[in-house]
Amino acid sequence: MKKPSSQLNCDRQSDHPLETFEQLQTRRQFLRRGAMGLGAAVLGNLYLGKLAGTQTPVTHFAPRARRVIFLFMAGAPSQLDLFDYKPDLHRQFNQPLPPSVSKGQRVTAMTRGKEQIVAPSMFSFHQRGRNGIYMSELLPHLSEVVDELCIIKSTHTDAINHDPAKTLFCTGSQIPGKASLGSWLSYGLGSLNQNLPDFMVLNSAFWTGGTGNVQALYSRLWGSGFLPSRHQGVSLQPEGDPVLFLSNPDGVSREVRSKMLDLVSALNQEQLNQLGDPEIQTTIAQQEMAFRMQASVPELTAMDGEPDHVMALYGPEVHKTGSFARNCLLARRMIERDVRFVQLFHRGWDHHVGLPKKLRGQAYDVDQPASALIKDLKLRGLLDETLVVFGGEFGRTTFGQGKIERDQYGRDHHPRCFTTWMAGGGIKGGITYGQTDDFSYNIVENPVHVNDFNATILHQLGIDHERLNFPFQGLDQRLTGVEGASIVHDILA
Amino acid sequence: MNNRLTQDRTTVLNAWLFMPSLLSVMLLNAIGGEIIDFDQAISPILSRRCYQCHGPDAQHIKGDLRLDLASAENGPFAQRDGYRIIEAGEPEKSELWLRIVATDPDEQMPPPESKHQPLDERERGLIYRWIQQGAKYQNFWAFETPIKRSLPEVADSDWMEHPIDRWVGHALEQRGMKPSGLADPRSLIRRLSLDLTGLPPSPEEVYQWLEDPSEAGFEDFVDRYLNRPAFGEHMAKYWLDLVRFADTNGLHHDHYRDMTPYRDWVIRSFNDNLPFDAFLSYQLAGDLYPDASTDQLIASGFNRLHLIIDVGTALPEESFTRNVVDRVTAFGTAFLGLTVQCASCHDHKFDPVSTREFYQLFAFFNNFDGQPETGGRSGLDFRRGLQAPYMDLPSPAQRNRLLELDRRLGDLSEAQAAFKATIPEASCVGDQTEQPLSEEQARQNQRLQAMESQIKSLRVARDELMMTVPAAMIMKEREAIRPAHILKRGVYDQYGQEVQRDTPAVLPPLNAATATPSRLDLARWVTRADHPLTARVAVNRFWQQLFGTGLVKTSEDFGLQGERPSHPALLDYLAREFVDSGWDLKRLIKHIVMSRTYRQHSVATLEQRAMDPENRLLARGSRYRMDAEMIRDQIFHVSGLLNHSIGGKSVKPPQPAKLWEIVAMPNSYPRTYQPDEGGKIYRRSLYTFWKRALPPPQMSLFDAPSREACVARRERTNTPLQALLLMNEPEFFKAAAQLANQLVAMEGVDDLGRLSMAHEMVTTQIPSEREITVLVEALHAFRTMYGADPAAARQLADLASGSEILEAPELAAWTMITHSLFNLDTVRYRQ
Repeated sequence: MKKPSSQLNCDRQSDHPLETFEQLQTRRQFLRRGAMGLGAAVLGNLYLGKLAGTQTPVTHFAPRARRVIFLFMAGAPSQLDLFDYKPDLHRQFNQPLPPSVSKGQRVTAMTRGKEQIVAPSMFSFHQRGRNGIYMSELLPHLSEVVDELCIIKSTHTDAINHDPAKTLFCTGSQIPGKASLGSWLSYGLGSLNQNLPDFMVLNSAFWTGGTGNVQALYSRLWGSGFLPSRHQGVSLQPEGDPVLFLSNPDGVSREVRSKMLDLVSALNQEQLNQLGDPEIQTTIAQQEMAFRMQASVPELTAMDGEPDHVMALYGPEVHKTGSFARNCLLARRMIERDVRFVQLFHRGWDHHVGLPKKLRGQAYDVDQPASALIKDLKLRGLLDETLVVFGGEFGRTTFGQGKIERDQYGRDHHPRCFTTWMAGGGIKGGITYGQTDDFSYNIVENPVHVNDFNATILHQLGIDHERLNFPFQGLDQRLTGVEGASIVHDILA
Repeated sequence: MNNRLTQDRTTVLNAWLFMPSLLSVMLLNAIGGEIIDFDQAISPILSRRCYQCHGPDAQHIKGDLRLDLASAENGPFAQRDGYRIIEAGEPEKSELWLRIVATDPDEQMPPPESKHQPLDERERGLIYRWIQQGAKYQNFWAFETPIKRSLPEVADSDWMEHPIDRWVGHALEQRGMKPSGLADPRSLIRRLSLDLTGLPPSPEEVYQWLEDPSEAGFEDFVDRYLNRPAFGEHMAKYWLDLVRFADTNGLHHDHYRDMTPYRDWVIRSFNDNLPFDAFLSYQLAGDLYPDASTDQLIASGFNRLHLIIDVGTALPEESFTRNVVDRVTAFGTAFLGLTVQCASCHDHKFDPVSTREFYQLFAFFNNFDGQPETGGRSGLDFRRGLQAPYMDLPSPAQRNRLLELDRRLGDLSEAQAAFKATIPEASCVGDQTEQPLSEEQARQNQRLQAMESQIKSLRVARDELMMTVPAAMIMKEREAIRPAHILKRGVYDQYGQEVQRDTPAVLPPLNAATATPSRLDLARWVTRADHPLTARVAVNRFWQQLFGTGLVKTSEDFGLQGERPSHPALLDYLAREFVDSGWDLKRLIKHIVMSRTYRQHSVATLEQRAMDPENRLLARGSRYRMDAEMIRDQIFHVSGLLNHSIGGKSVKPPQPAKLWEIVAMPNSYPRTYQPDEGGKIYRRSLYTFWKRALPPPQMSLFDAPSREACVARRERTNTPLQALLLMNEPEFFKAAAQLANQLVAMEGVDDLGRLSMAHEMVTTQIPSEREITVLVEALHAFRTMYGADPAAARQLADLASGSEILEAPELAAWTMITHSLFNLDTVRYRQ
């Protein structure tokens, strides 16, 4: 008889509880032991046993990474000006894009029916790192760590507009309502720590390039869709309480809070004794967790302990709350505290017009902090087990939009090819993967669909993306969609 | 299953096949000698493991075999080169059996590369027995008209009185289980009040009920709650999830939209007990009724609740298709309990809904007479959150004021035109001539300008008034019917064959009166008395509201991948009752809550919990976490803050600052969350403004959906973020202070009395001696703490209005007591 596979097809009642056995060993255990009747003690033990039994993360094979940081560039950065070097394009300046390249493929409503005039990048590229990878002059700091990066030039997606494209990359489907990458990881792998959520989200509060046309974010991008909401991303707020409703109101000290929870626990325990519903025990445990978070989150966000040289590594913006730099440093601190998945969203990349100036600003925002994050993780020995990925929802067109000059142009949305990168977490560094044609318009070698990209992330965490599923609306839902996805084996170290 | 297993391969399995004793021990023990029911036992296995490749999807069929249809030419009983997939009565000769027990990866089904789990022993045993018993197929239960079966006998005479109890009691008896006794009166009245109105009972109601806790007394309370306006609000809450009601468009800029008259209509319909078939029909096709009433038109706004993108980035044709697919999906989920949208790209993998049939449904909804994207960002419609077609719904006073303004505007314009006619051309444009103006000309100009500015201010006044006039977006058909085509792979411009409006063949025929059926025909079809799905799906959702889980747990999916009903005959009984009563919803709900099944206590023995952890067999009362709205409303209700006014525009209770700004586009309207003040803060939660890109955290933290898709049931998680919300939400704290203030102000009551009263007000239960002991101990501790810290005490005390007359430390200590009570598990759980 074949052994049943370890399919992660848990039903809704039995997925991983946040709390673990250890978590229930709380400061109030003494009190509870005193109050608990025999029946409840037996029940409690059964329940604790169940929790203890499910706390082991379920993986399908040995993971190469334990944690992920996803740097999401919302709005879609131009691959042509940052990574995908096309030196010969200068000869095509102001020429129509050959129909043999564009093949009458779909464009957006903004450029439909308009002439497609080639706009080469105005930025210079230089060979960097041991393998001489071309990097744009806009990325001097990332160029320093290029030997850690696997630059995927052949990423592609199905959607041509921001909203569906972001939703597709983050949840595996253009249609809202599916579970996001981080929530899948929380669901599938459970918690690594007992004081912070599994999945945290950091949105930049400001950005340098282009504040006029900024695309929206939606909580669905880090939502749990059909998965239980405990798996949804917890978005850290740049102002006020970092986690919603974290701090006690004025007039309530930590001592008062502690006393209040003692009272609530004791009364809940009475209910448990009477009714025997183990859910009550979960309530008690989650209130304990909330109390711990009231200490652990401020500890996480307080930067006083960071030495000057570390702050300097992330650049001057790190001193402003809500900056991408600050969020990169926060991400590192979360990783150190064993948050499973951290996703940063940096907006402002939608450069339909005035791209050179705006892109320069955006590159300023992310180049040094992202590079610092990699260096910092490496210094701490965390990069090997932390997968850092970078990408937007699609790329930008080789043909210009708006006024086209050598040093002035914009670019429209381009789903057919764009550049992403991965680093650490068992990924080969110092390589590029995939090729686009001379116009960075179509992929000519090794396409990587965004679902392949996500499948590869799951793979590095030890998950077979086809076996991580959840029954909903009659389907075994999975992150990587119904059409199938492949792991990009060539880039695995 | 292209090739049959060859004889020599089969010999590998000899150990299995020719050792029936071993088989019976290992596989059949658990099954016993029962007759295997195809629908209950076999169909779920085949659907889950096989239909993806051997099911209704003709384009992706493998090995030219479909297992879902017994009579198909490529079905399981067809002769194939001297063998059959199923040889009725002879599992060992059936390819199906051989394949599911094969160990060779090339032969094994489902194939290892499919990532489907192999069948486990129990499942194999079921298949074996079923084939042995003749491999009888049945039509899928949910596609057959429900019938009333004769009621079963139950040994316990108490459980013989109510039809529901007889079905539930019978199922329990069959498993050797016993139902529980009735819940204690306090628990029962709390349960009833929460279930029917979403609010806990008042202490007065509890005492009235305790005077006569009989069945008749209970019935009085059922009637009382059913007739309370809060009933309609509470029922509406569930319906609004199902139809994804929200206050923004949900895509791109996620601009404001106003659909609140639709919400008001839903509340009104539940309160007026509008027959449920009409409730459904008006929504589907209210606009198509002859001389459609205002309510029917408002209801047709159901077709406008979908997400919609603003003009500028997407392609209008694509947006158009997306909207129609969204409409059909909503119809499928809310009305039919089917995932028809799966067939928008390919034939449904599991349910008999082909792509053609999907687009035949699509054809009912594609003739909308309006734009597929919302228009520009200026203008009154935009500010009002409206998009044509819509109808204004001014109050009589507003109507009069409008008439008055319009009359004055008309008069003024006329006067202006008349005046202009009296003066020579040149003088009208005095500012453009270089000659100095004559005195006469200056006077004329002045007069003209005065008229201009009067007109302008009247227009502004009119706009301001219009901003407050409710309006409902409605459905409207185009004159000429837009043709519909199959869209290949669901892509908006990949036209396949043209299709005509029709309903899926597996369901009863449409029988339309005209050659071109309309949504009204579809409404008549979906509400016909013998429709297999509509009443079952509806009744099941109401059951879910009252028991936490539906008789069919997957209340959004009655298809083959959905769960089979726990009590099929009961579901059919209720569906029939519902239809035969004229779709009388209040009657249905009363019928359910009057059963003993509903009135059982929810104390679970370890044994019960072990045998039926989810309480699907209903041997006890259900206990489950309440929805976000109920938790929030309850806190305001018991503290006396709840604002009971009904209907109207959405309100914005305070939420943490800058939540919208961090995600919204700079030009999103509105971009910043401007919280309301005063009584609006304490409206019931179903009136809270719902931004789809970022729903109110007080709701979403407790599993409220984003309202981007139709949701028939919510998750019920228990998380630390929920604990933080209840611990620190400022308005909840204010409510605690408010309640404390009332307690402290009471005269002639001591600590024990106050504590007991507080406990009772919040939980409906009198505290036990032990509970009182810990409460007293905590009260003393809080007093000590706040006595030592008067500044902190003042901060808390200031949360309660009128608190200045009271001593701050005392009020602060009591606030912590009431606040602690709000944080109890009992406040979040309905039991």
